[in-house]
Amino acid sequence: MTGISLGVGAWGLVTGIAMVKAGLGVWLSLAMSLCVFAGSAQLAALPLIAHGAPLWVTWATAFCVNLRFIIFSAGWRPYLAPLSRRHRLWVMYFMADLNYVAFMKRFPVPGPMDEQLPYLWGGVAVNWAAWQGMSILGIALADVIPTQWGLGFAGSLALLGIVGTLLVDRGTWIAAGIAACAAFAAFALPFHLNIVVAIAAAIAVGVLIDHVWPPAPVRAPAGSDAT
Amino acid sequence: MNPWLGLLAILGLAAITVITRGFFVIPEREIPIPAWLREALRYAPLAALVAVLLPEVAMTDDHLLDTWRDARIYATATGVGVFATTRNLLGTILAGTAVLLALRLGLGW
Repeated sequence: MTGISLGVGAWGLVTGIAMVKAGLGVWLSLAMSLCVFAGSAQLAALPLIAHGAPLWVTWATAFCVNLRFIIFSAGWRPYLAPLSRRHRLWVMYFMADLNYVAFMKRFPVPGPMDEQLPYLWGGVAVNWAAWQGMSILGIALADVIPTQWGLGFAGSLALLGIVGTLLVDRGTWIAAGIAACAAFAAFALPFHLNIVVAIAAAIAVGVLIDHVWPPAPVRAPAGSDAT
Repeated sequence: MNPWLGLLAILGLAAITVITRGFFVIPEREIPIPAWLREALRYAPLAALVAVLLPEVAMTDDHLLDTWRDARIYATATGVGVFATTRNLLGTILAGTAVLLALRLGLGW
């Protein structure tokens, strides 16, 4: 877990700096870090909040970035079935990508076992502490580093890397190209609606490609980052 | 920025975290995962990130960058290069940020 914590911590640090540099201020940045606890969604939402995009566009964007969690949650279901709904929700709120990957490697056979819950909460605690500790450090540092240095751009570079991990085959490359073109072409639309247009265009073209040239059957889960 | 609007945005984002992470474990009865969702999942996050990133790395105000004297161009190029060769996220962030800082502080770009 040490190596993982290091990566998670660096990611948290970047997000902490990016939040303050986007203009959220220290208190809102702290609230975002502690309440939202989802790195890529936070970084994607930041420019939209900063530019005053409508709430629903900000939320829709974060929802799309978080779609992978919905797929993960289907994988969690057989393990968490005996728990009460409140307990299930509570566990899942803290469940980052890396917790999912580590847990599924440790317990490959679906079904509840006694040692799973301590393993879950232990992994979650380590991940949460590494993330929040470094994110809060980033918030504190960003407050004293001049904005002209442009350190908030580290958040964009982090997103760039995430985009890189999602570009796995022809379909995803073409969809990304379509998304970029659509986002640019529709940039004049009000309320940052160009993002919605880009998502719709990329899904339409991507799914079309999948049906015309079906992709290889085995694929790693898309979109793995720290939280 | 209106702090209350910011707080509302954050609370909504927190709800999205809970809803997406807990999606299929919230209901008591099992729900099959629809095929369209699996297909959309491949492209929706990618498209959202690309659309958010575009103005951050390649635009000023409402048009594409029209000057070469912008540190973001070189920071982005460095990030792309490092990621393409190493596929290392941390290295991508560090190298890109180093180039950005060098050009910003050194040349004022």
